[in-house]
Amino acid sequence: MKQILIKRLLQLIMMMWSVGTITFILSRLLPGDMAYRIAAGRYGDDAVSAAAASAVRQELGLNDPLWQQYSHWLWQLMQLDLGDSLVSGNSIIAELQHQLGYTLILAVAAIFLSALIAVPWGLACGFRANRTLDRVSLVVSTLLRSQPVFCLGLLMILLFALTLNWFPVAGYQQPAHLFLPALTLALSLAALSSRVIRNSTAKVINSDFYLFAKVKGLSEWHSFKRHGIRNIALPVVAFMAMQLVGLIEGVIMVESLFAWPGIGHGLSHAVFSRDIPMLQGTALTCGALFVIINTLVDSLCYLLDPRSRRA
Amino acid sequence: MTFSALKQPWILALSLVSLLGLSACTQPPANDLLTISGPFEPISLDLAKAGYIYSRMQIVETLVDVADNGELIPGLAQSWQSNADATVWQFTLKPKVKFHNGAPVTPAAVINSLRIAMGKPAPFDTGLIQSASELNDHQVQFTLTRPYRAFAAVLTNYTTAILAPESYDKRRRITQLIGTGPYQLTAFDPPHSVSVTRFNDYHGQVAKIVNATYITGHRAESRALMVQGGSADIVYNLDPAAVQLLQHSQQVTVNSTAIPRSILIKLNAGLPALSSTSVRQALSLAIDRRGIAEGIMHLPGSEANQIFGPAMGIWHVKDLPTIEQNLTQAEALLAQAGWHKDANGQLMKDGQPLQLSMVTYANRPELIVIATAIQAQWAKLGIALEVQMENASAIPLGHVEGTLQTALMARNFANIPDPLTVLLADFSSKQGGEWGPMNWQDAPFFSALQTTADSQGAAYQQGVQQLSRHLAEELPMIPVLYYVQQSAVAARVHGFSFDPYERSFRISQMELR
Repeated sequence: MKQILIKRLLQLIMMMWSVGTITFILSRLLPGDMAYRIAAGRYGDDAVSAAAASAVRQELGLNDPLWQQYSHWLWQLMQLDLGDSLVSGNSIIAELQHQLGYTLILAVAAIFLSALIAVPWGLACGFRANRTLDRVSLVVSTLLRSQPVFCLGLLMILLFALTLNWFPVAGYQQPAHLFLPALTLALSLAALSSRVIRNSTAKVINSDFYLFAKVKGLSEWHSFKRHGIRNIALPVVAFMAMQLVGLIEGVIMVESLFAWPGIGHGLSHAVFSRDIPMLQGTALTCGALFVIINTLVDSLCYLLDPRSRRA
Repeated sequence: MTFSALKQPWILALSLVSLLGLSACTQPPANDLLTISGPFEPISLDLAKAGYIYSRMQIVETLVDVADNGELIPGLAQSWQSNADATVWQFTLKPKVKFHNGAPVTPAAVINSLRIAMGKPAPFDTGLIQSASELNDHQVQFTLTRPYRAFAAVLTNYTTAILAPESYDKRRRITQLIGTGPYQLTAFDPPHSVSVTRFNDYHGQVAKIVNATYITGHRAESRALMVQGGSADIVYNLDPAAVQLLQHSQQVTVNSTAIPRSILIKLNAGLPALSSTSVRQALSLAIDRRGIAEGIMHLPGSEANQIFGPAMGIWHVKDLPTIEQNLTQAEALLAQAGWHKDANGQLMKDGQPLQLSMVTYANRPELIVIATAIQAQWAKLGIALEVQMENASAIPLGHVEGTLQTALMARNFANIPDPLTVLLADFSSKQGGEWGPMNWQDAPFFSALQTTADSQGAAYQQGVQQLSRHLAEELPMIPVLYYVQQSAVAARVHGFSFDPYERSFRISQMELR
């Protein structure tokens, strides 16, 4: 366990340096003049002008040699200072805390809801593999998964907000605002994870060790509890954790549709307006989360699977 | 326990979802809170960056205000006057005006605020003020670096709103927004929301609605659904599809108001092909404005026949005819300029084809659709147009670098409500303006503009009309459409009106019933 953690810590440091450096290089290779892009982001389309771009260039030292700008960034990173946004002027850490906080709330709620949907759905299909329920479920999963999440969100709004009037359409200031974006993401995730659970369940209940458990006299429930849950859970935990990572990076459409603040929106705006510190900060945070979640999954699998402890 | 207990997660899931559903059933909107949504992002407290939102939320006010017809009216200043050559201006402040912190608005506070504003980028010449002084406890005097008749119009811009000295830190950054408007800031959550509450010591009519919140709604579809579902009371900047959806709703009224913003084609008149007035006129005649207005924007009647729209007062010439698409006349004009179609239908002159590029930008999604429509319409004349989707900054950059050929843009004339400032800045030399003409050489017009700028009364009005007519004939920029801003208002909101200059949401004039 200690080895896993040390290895992951080293990975985290290397990842932060490499992601930051690649972002730095790529953002400077993008076409267009940085100062003009930043001026458009800061002052709006109507006020972007050569004078505004020139003021931005001077203020931010964009004419400084690249190595100087890079060393400045690296020195700041070593002090865990991600700098200030070139557009808003706010500290990147403060902006990330705000945006990442909302994204994490949405992502965790979506994963929780998707587990609520996918676990019973997948188990039921796994226990009735290749029967009518399973086949219907495959069609439903395919349909849900093939829908762009944006369309799914619109359908959720039409049903739950406009027809039933159970939830507000969009916003983020009340807990009720969380439900529809979380459900939209959850349905899309559950469409896939329910199939993973179904396969894992079918594999376990058809295995020799499971048959042996029942032959030796354990009831169906006890066989499932003692020999099923952990074995089914191993691939499912790893898969859902990867879904969580994907969610953190990929919720932009849902955030945008439901007017939910988040890192996806922050990242896209940072690209459009060449807000390099914001871009680097967001990429670093997403990378760090990837490593952290991977570490948590490894640790969880380590605890779930006694064979890895013996190895 | 039997295996049928596996059904329990289903029951658990259903119970949780039902519980959430029951507990979160949409509450009716609060009687003392107005919720507004639009696409604008309050990214910072800095007025140079997001001042237009604070002006619209009625937190900050400027010395001079603008009436719906573009006329300048008193803001924080009750009157103003200049000397004969418009180099010295005196502004008399309204009495008993207080900032949100209770401190009085003084000439010193006004000078401090404007001095800081002039040190930041703004859509006007920030080097205009040479010096400012307090004449007494209610009058401020500005001495300008050059004669400038439209100076009062400059002081309507949101970047020049007056803030209390306590709003700034030692580095002159705005850390608190202490304005003078009928609402004061209570919460700022960039870039997603701004909340305000009524300022009871306001110098004018105290607002009826106690609280208001602005929420950034990035997508027009979301905003339309928000107002339809009761999550917002007023939503701004709707697209044609959203308007069609809302027009059938019983709980929502759609408001359409013409605003001083026009969709124009910027042309590089320095290019041999575009230096000819005949070619520019042919390009204009080839555009099917009615088709674009009806088919793309769903706004019949928004076709433009001149740069300044009907919302621009005397600058709009009422008797100019509508420009109908006329390919025959366009071809004749091109032939007059020496352009003829070859066997492949490509327009050629001296062995060179007429190939152009058109830059447009994504922030206004209708522009790319209009640009591709123009591409198809100009293709009928044999012109190969390449449409390039860029960031808005590509237009001023292309102008400065001289690489721009044509650009489709939505030009805002409301920033400074006097078009004279726009013309003086953009149309008074061959250099043109970053959002204006490019390499357009017209000495008689430049001279007439200076004469008009120095005239007054009837002579000024006559001069203005002649200038507008000249621009419509010479086409340094081709007008395409006038903007109509579409908003949707919930039935419980009374007293709604749309400010065509988009300076205020006018919350203080509304009531919730």
